[in-house]
Amino acid sequence: MKTITGAKMVVQALKDQGVEVVFGYPGGAVLPIYDEIFQQNDIRHILVRHEQGAIHMAEGYARSTGKVGVALVTSGPGATNAVTGLVDALMDSIPIVVLSGQVPTFMIGTDGFQEADTVGITRPCTKMNWLVKETEKLSETIHQAFHVARSGRPGPVLIDIPKDVQFATGSYTAPEKAKVSHYQPKVKGDTEAVTRLVEMMETAERPVFYTGGGVINSGKAASQLLREFVDATGFPITSTLMGLGAYPASGKSWLGMLGMHGLYEANLAMHDCDLMINIGARFDDRITGRVADFSPRSKKVHVDIDPSSINKVIRVDLPIIGDVGHVLEDALKIWKARGRKVNKEALAKWWAQIDAWRKVDCLAYQPSAATIKPQYALQRLEALTKGIDRYITTEVGQHQMWAAQFLHFDEPNRWMTSGGLGTMGYGLPASVGVQIAHPQALVINVAGEASWLMNMQEMGTAMQFRAPVKQFILNNERLGMVRQWQELLHGERYSHSWSESLPDFVKLAEAFGCKGLRVTDPKDLDDAILEMIRYDGPVIFDCLVEKHENCFPMIPSGKPHNEMLLSADAEAFRSGAVLV
Amino acid sequence: MSALNIKRGSSSHSAYDLRDSHAQAEESHTLAVIVENEPGVLARVIGLFSGRGYNIDSLTVAEVDHTGHRSRITIVTRGTPAVIDQIEAQLSRMVPVHAVHDLTAEGPSVQRELALLKVVGKGEARIEALRLCEIFRARVVDSTLESFVFEMTGTPDKIDAFAELLRPLGLKEIARTGVAALSRGA
Ligand SMILES: Cc1cc2nc3c(=O)[nH]c(=O)nc-3n(C[C@H](O)[C@H](O)[C@H](O)COP(=O)(O)OP(=O)(O)OC[C@H]3O[C@@H](n4cnc5c(N)ncnc54)[C@H](O)[C@@H]3O)c2cc1C
Ligand SMILES: Cc1ncc(C[n+]2csc(CCOP(=O)(O)OP(=O)(O)O)c2C)c(N)n1
Repeated sequence: MKTITGAKMVVQALKDQGVEVVFGYPGGAVLPIYDEIFQQNDIRHILVRHEQGAIHMAEGYARSTGKVGVALVTSGPGATNAVTGLVDALMDSIPIVVLSGQVPTFMIGTDGFQEADTVGITRPCTKMNWLVKETEKLSETIHQAFHVARSGRPGPVLIDIPKDVQFATGSYTAPEKAKVSHYQPKVKGDTEAVTRLVEMMETAERPVFYTGGGVINSGKAASQLLREFVDATGFPITSTLMGLGAYPASGKSWLGMLGMHGLYEANLAMHDCDLMINIGARFDDRITGRVADFSPRSKKVHVDIDPSSINKVIRVDLPIIGDVGHVLEDALKIWKARGRKVNKEALAKWWAQIDAWRKVDCLAYQPSAATIKPQYALQRLEALTKGIDRYITTEVGQHQMWAAQFLHFDEPNRWMTSGGLGTMGYGLPASVGVQIAHPQALVINVAGEASWLMNMQEMGTAMQFRAPVKQFILNNERLGMVRQWQELLHGERYSHSWSESLPDFVKLAEAFGCKGLRVTDPKDLDDAILEMIRYDGPVIFDCLVEKHENCFPMIPSGKPHNEMLLSADAEAFRSGAVLV
Repeated sequence: MSALNIKRGSSSHSAYDLRDSHAQAEESHTLAVIVENEPGVLARVIGLFSGRGYNIDSLTVAEVDHTGHRSRITIVTRGTPAVIDQIEAQLSRMVPVHAVHDLTAEGPSVQRELALLKVVGKGEARIEALRLCEIFRARVVDSTLESFVFEMTGTPDKIDAFAELLRPLGLKEIARTGVAALSRGA
């Protein structure tokens, strides 16, 4: 049988897995693989500027395409730089495969140059990881890794490959021959349970769909089924940060995002419902607030592919373990077969109640003619990109929440954000990854200046690979979200929440060779946004916004849904006070 | 409405709320976890327990199927019923885990542990130790004029009881294997 080197195997296995792009950074322990990459043209390599960037790019690539993202890093510091990205992908269930170089097998354990216990360090940061000590097993392990990354609840995996394993030869195992049999998570929901769900839906008086990232994970067909189901039943639907776009924001049953910074009507619907149908969401603490007071009068159904998500935080009445797409398909079928019943009268009352909550207009803010309000900037961005199939990534902070509130998503896979880990520095590299996957699309990273600085070196990658990403920085010269918490919860003691000594972003853009724009006056905003969209290349957009704006609504952590902080305007409306 | 009933300037309220644990009685459960015998599996299982704050009272592991490369990990853990459920679910979803059995929940089971106990002493104490050895059906596996090493197999409770009685008689060292367990019946 013909044998090939481990390094060749890596490239062959990636090709056989349909990989088109690898985000990576070379170093001593992966040089044999880089040598193979050099000698072929099927796989494109994107040279990043920091390994954390490579992982976030792979995440952005994966989330915007539904495919597995791939990154390649060297041993030691290369691998440790990848750790934040791995945990980010683990928390948000993003399928990525990371290949890391390792010192040769005979040096492992000797504190060799650039040796780190990569599988040890990344074990709790991955869904699964492997140290491959024999070339003979390398290709099969890579195929298994792809299978694990994309099956069941998706997640990051890592394969650590010692340098001698890359040099040595062995026989190649094709993907079809790889042993993946034992890891086959259940995708079909129990029919009895699904029927029970339908029964509950038929009689529910105040139902609500609470959907999450699992719908996106499940694929486009799942979003379609969700739309059909929601529209046919007329039930209201809210989604977590991770699930935005699965049901269109323009849809008639859409309540907006729920949770800590979610909409008033969405949170109150969750609090007061009698039937909560959780589809692919995990009762995160940013959703539940105080667990003991979470939606006290509802029956709760939870559809999730991961049994450990069930009853982890909230005890549910009806668990359905399975893939969202499969379960929705069955549920829809059963519901139709039983005569498409819903409690119409009660639903009408429920919607009347929801409409009353909507009147609070919880996203209202004090407009200003003098300074750009961040909410206004996003409203303008939304208006001026309407009709364009755009992709949005974000950094982490207030701007992220405003983006979730004010930008509307009508399709899945258009919204890439770091939810579970909340990784500042995610957005810029993620936007590059998205743009590499969709070269013609409009890709915008909605950023805060502090987050953006964390991985700004990746502008170099954007320039080199002609990724025309738009960096829309809402610059409040503050670590805004931290400042907000300090104002509301720490006695206005603003401990280290300033962005001091900021660079001149326009000059920085020039230094990178891209376009820089700065806007301070609301009057100039529209033209500048249009200029940004039209410019054929990367743009750094420095949008100087109000420095002390708070993001509302806000449910302080540990509070129940109905103890929500609203902006002064919305609060005045609700409490009946009249603002003159 | 001022939803935040926190005084301005108060620092006793952390912004980071920890979940209030529904105080419930803890139970001891014995889990049998069948895993692929590959490097790192044990570390993954142990890491799960330490990372998520679960207890391990006892843990044993050995390959039980040499051709299929399966190992059996027996874990004795403690927690509220909800925590035990979580542990089971968290273990089950691990890629190299083939099966998880809660032996405590699934019916009666046999639990055994092996212990080696070294007693150093002379005279009456030494004779008394030997007598206890007989009563507990332990075996002498090493003896000198001043010491015995007893081998004993039994439930952890029985070993505890034996060790407690030997303590005043010059118990110097104990080595225990941890619990191995199987369900009763076919
Ligand atoms: C500053 C900040 C503020 C935040 N505020 C909010 C907020 O106000 N509101 C909010 O919603 N979030 C907020 N978040 C995000 C929050 O921390 C969580 O990341 C988010 O709520 C989790 O979303 P999810 O429940 O959809 O779960 P995900 O993390 O997306 O998990 C998906 C769930 O679906 C399951 N699943 C995966 N694939 C499938 C499948 N094929 N079939 C079935 N099930 C599947 C998984 O097992 C998992 O349980 C905030 C984050 C930050 C950084
Ligand atoms: C890597 C990392 N460090 C610290 C934090 C904590 N944190 C959350 S939001 C935030 C401030 C973000 O500021 P900026 O990017 O300017 O966004 P803004 O909130 O002002 O919109 C900080 C420090 C984090 N989420 N990630």
